This record gives sequence, C-alpha cells and structure tokens, in this order.
Amino acid sequence: MKCLVTGGNVKVLGKAVHSLSRIGDELYLEPLEDGLSLRTVNSSRSAYACFLFAPLFFQQYQAATPGQDLLRCKILMKSFLSVFRSLAMLEKTVEKCCISLNGRSSRLVVQLHCKFGVRKTHNLSFQDCESLQAVFDPASCPHMLRAPARVLGEAVLPFPPALAEVTLGIGRGRRVILRSYHEEEADSTAKAMVTEMCLGEEDFQQLQAQEGVAITFCLKEFRGLLSFAESANLNLSIHFDAPGRPAIFTIKDSLLDGHFVLATLSDTDSHSQDLGSPERHQPVPQLQAHSIPHPDDFANDDIDSYMIAMETTIGNEGSRVLPSISLSPGPQHPESPGLHSEEDEAEPSTVPGTPPPKKFRSLFFGSILAPVRSPQGPSPVLAEDSEGEG
Amino acid sequence: MPLLTQQIQDEDDQYSLVASLDNVRNLSTILKAIHFREHATCFATKNGIKVTVENAKCVQANAFIQAGIFQEFKVQEESVTFRINLTVLLDCLSIFGSSPMPGTLTALRMCYQGYGYPLMLFLEEGGVVTVCKINTQEPEETLDFDFCSTNVINKIILQSEGLREAFSELDMTSEVLQITMSPDKPYFRLSTFGNAGSSHLDYPKDSDLMEAFHCNQTQVNRYKISLLKPSTKALVLSCKVSIRTDNRGFLSLQYMIRNEDGQICFVEYYCCPDEEVPESES
Repeated sequence: MKCLVTGGNVKVLGKAVHSLSRIGDELYLEPLEDGLSLRTVNSSRSAYACFLFAPLFFQQYQAATPGQDLLRCKILMKSFLSVFRSLAMLEKTVEKCCISLNGRSSRLVVQLHCKFGVRKTHNLSFQDCESLQAVFDPASCPHMLRAPARVLGEAVLPFPPALAEVTLGIGRGRRVILRSYHEEEADSTAKAMVTEMCLGEEDFQQLQAQEGVAITFCLKEFRGLLSFAESANLNLSIHFDAPGRPAIFTIKDSLLDGHFVLATLSDTDSHSQDLGSPERHQPVPQLQAHSIPHPDDFANDDIDSYMIAMETTIGNEGSRVLPSISLSPGPQHPESPGLHSEEDEAEPSTVPGTPPPKKFRSLFFGSILAPVRSPQGPSPVLAEDSEGEG
Repeated sequence: MPLLTQQIQDEDDQYSLVASLDNVRNLSTILKAIHFREHATCFATKNGIKVTVENAKCVQANAFIQAGIFQEFKVQEESVTFRINLTVLLDCLSIFGSSPMPGTLTALRMCYQGYGYPLMLFLEEGGVVTVCKINTQEPEETLDFDFCSTNVINKIILQSEGLREAFSELDMTSEVLQITMSPDKPYFRLSTFGNAGSSHLDYPKDSDLMEAFHCNQTQVNRYKISLLKPSTKALVLSCKVSIRTDNRGFLSLQYMIRNEDGQICFVEYYCCPDEEVPESES
C-alpha cells in the first residue's frame, strides 16, 4: 500500500486521527480498493469509528502493490497519533505525507515532507493484520436527524468537559434537546447542575423522529467526531433507535466518509420522559417492549452476540484474502437468509429493503439490553466465527 | 536605580563581585536555559560570569553572561567561584513576577563578599526594593570535557526553529538520540528508536535552515535522550544553534540567545556519547 497526501488534506487526515484517538487505543489501517480506511473500537467495544478516505483524497493511491495481497495492519493509536500530534505544525510546515505499508519490512512508514527540505520518517511497528468491522445499518434506524456539525458543536460547547454522557431527545414542539446526563446513584453534588441545550427544528436539515424519543450516549467520542466535522464544515447525521440500541453518526463528502457507532444507555425511564413531551406517560410501544423484564433475560444473553459484531479474521483465510467478499464458514443458522446480507458487512449501508429486525444487534452491554426477539436457545451468531478476539 | 546605586557605592570595595543590571530578565532567561539541576557553580572573572550545571558526569551546560550585559560589573579578585542553589536564585530573580509587565523592568544589583558569605541580591521594581541573601556553598570541581575546536570533525549551524519542534517531539520512549553527521546523504539526521518504532529526521545540507555545513567524515553517535532533552530549554530561547562533534564523538551544542535588549549570549551543552553504535542499525 502506498498513498500520498498533500496540502490541506494532511491536516484533514491528522484531524481524523485525533478524533479516532478519542475512542480507541489501537488503529486499524486497511487499504481498500475504494479508499483507505482507518478504524478503531474502544476497549469495552461500546464505540466504533471508521473513516474512509476515497482514492481521490490522495494525490496518489495504491491499495496494494501489484501482484500482492491487500495488507492491513493494526498499530498503536499513540504511535500513529504522535506523527500527527501537532495540527498547527501539520498546517504550517508539512507539505506532503506519504504512507506506505510494506509486508516485507513489517513497518508502516509515514513520511512527512516539511518545509526547508526537512523530512521526517516514522517507521512504525504494527501487529498482525486483522479486519475490524462493525455490523450496522443506518437505514434500519427509525429516527434520524441531520444538521451542520457547527450547530451541534455549538450545542455541546456549554457542557462541562468532564461530563461523560449526554442525552439527546426530541422534546415538545419538536425541539431537539441535549441534556447532561447524570447517573441515578451519582452523588448529589454532581447532580447539582443539569445543563440543557435546546435547538429548534429549523436548525436541522432533516428531523425524522417523533416527540418523546431520547437516547443517551458518550459525549467524548461525539465531541471527537464533531470537531472533525466542524473543521471540515460537514453535515452530521445521527441515526438512532430505541435506548440501548446503538446510535450511528455519519459524515460524508465526496472525498471521505466517517461513521461513528456509539452505544446508548438502555435507560428508558426518567430521561426520555423528562423532555417535556406531552406523551411522557405513554411510552412508545417499542420502548415498552424493552422495559418489560424477562425473567430469563440474563440466561439468554449471549453477550458475544450483542457485542459489536466484529470479524477478526486471523486465520480465516477466506476473508483474509478477499476481505470485501463475505463468506460464511461455520454452520448456517435457521435465520441464515437474513444473515447473509448482514455478513456482507463490507458495505455497511446494505440494501434499504432488507428486513430491519435482525439487521444488527446492539453493540456491547449485552446484559442490560433486552433481546429484541428474546430468541430461545443460543442467539444467532451475527459475526463470522472469530478467533482470538479481544 | 540611581538612588540604589548611591546608597551602596561606599560599600562596594568590600565585595569581591558586584554586578548590576537594569533588566533582571537578561540574566534570569539565560539561567533558565540551563536549569535542569538544582545546583550550579558560578565563576566570575572580569570578562563576565559563567554558570555551570552538570548531570550524571555526562552532560554539562554552561551559560555565559559577559560583562557587557551588565551595566556595572566589578570583580576584585582574578576569579570568584561559588556554588549556589539555582532554583532558589531563579525564584529570587523573579520575585517581582516572571512574566514581564509592559513598561516595568526589575533592576538587579548582585553582590558577593567572598568565600563563606551569602550572595546578596537587591531587586528593585517601581521603587520597591527586595533584598535576598542566598547562602553559597563550597564550589565543586566541574568536568573538563576537553572539547577542543581543533578536534572537531563535523560542524553544523542551524536556525533554531528547525530543531525546536524536533526536540519538543522527541520520542521519549527511545533511550537514545542518534545523531548522524555526514558529508553525504543523509547529511544531518536525528533518529530515535522507541516502543512504537524508529523515527528519522533528515535535514538536507542545502536547506534554508542550514547556516553552515562543515562535515568532513561520517559520524554516527548516540546520546542518552534523557540527558539531551533538557537542552530544549536553551533551544527554545535561541535563534541559532551550532552542533559540533569531535573525534571522540563528544557533542557540543552552542545556543545563541538574543536577550530583550538585542544583546547576544551563549549557552553551551556538552554531552558524552553513549555506548558504541551497533553495526547494523535500521
């Protein structure tokens, strides 16, 4: 793999790395035919982020050396971040950046060509390749809103930097409400102040969600994406479902797209109700389904199946050679017809017409998330067999 | 200031060192550039003051404040030597605040009576005078690096801005900083070998940052990064840096620092090389 980034795009790339670094400790770098993908997942697997830089983003892009397989690699986020540490420096002194991945030397080489002919070469060691892919489909989310990142960025500005989670909901009069979230058991001093920001419907380019819906997610990761999207002056779309189901944040322009998949808290009571919705006492049916406790919930919880469906393809030769073609080794489950399209996870936004219910399970937190269908027996496996995961 | 000068005029004769300065920052800034250890040794001759700080018997930093920097500078003996707590000295010098207020200067008068006596500092700002007495200590023998310009093999003068960022971003997980100087490619290279992999920083000899390039022979030497990192303090203050290595691989870094009045001072770092460089290096 070899690619060359020039001019202002070096900073864009740097910014993307900065925003990924808010999520995970490892960076998965995967050159694909349709661009260079940078991905990460956090340690609890409750947040996943992916940037795909189209070949046009680069001055020069070669996914694989002719005659060689596509290589992918996993490197420490810290070491990659150190290359792009100072964004001001990137903007001021770096003229071009050349990234190459060579199987023979087992080094990811990042070269920065700076002003005055100075050249910085970083030979970063990487770990064995494996592919990271979350299975998610924005089309399956019933709720969606889209606004310029700047609007959302300004809306989260007043929240204290230490605030962990924020609740996003639709309040009375279809206003979009962002409110600081505090755990029930948090001591009273922490709860002393609740910050709430209210945005009018007119600030949004698209608002497809009924009053009363609300989700709670981590602010830090959200801020990471926002700061990237703001600097690139992009619109941000938020796709979400019921509390407890992951929310998908997407940005897109002609040269790159970004997806952040963040877990949401499955807390369905207090927070979604306080948003001043007239329907506060009539929870949406979906929510009701979630809040009915199943006595055998926990027994049924195969955490793995609720985890982000991660394909770790070490030793899985089929997908290693051709990562974008889905193969299902392993026995087929009864629901396999539905699963087929899921496994075609190289294309996250699958055909819109596919049946939504089994489209993807939540990220993580299996134990607190009631299964959508309370499957009897073992839960369907949504990811290909994975080995050595974790 | 004149008031202060008059008061003390008569007592001058009893001091072996008297130095006064209209702007104390011209002294404190230079001292900060070598402040990586608590204690310093001061030598004063009629030419000025040299302040030396050492660490691990491997690195030595010298700050030269020539007599011309001071408005008044008198040394009664041939040379005056004492050791002092540099941290305390710097605290005293910035007793009126370390960040300059526009339009206000702190003036300094510094007196030392001789062996066994404290160093007296009279600091004056806006008519307020603070008197500090800092106990001096037995001077210690300082290292002689025997770094002689006739033995210098390679010498490069760089504009400091080109090195500043490199030093501030040094991969501190690497134990050593490897410096390559060569008449051929890569000319001048700084390398680190850290947990994440290796990094090389190359400066071509025709770069605009390069003020002078006199390399006669390829030399690859390694220096403990922990010993060199403190020189960043001098680097950030300086406008130019001269990098020299001698036939033993000893390193000399000379920093040219321009003070607030446009006068030039020099800070010099000497460092011993680390163990022999392995034959094959990435």
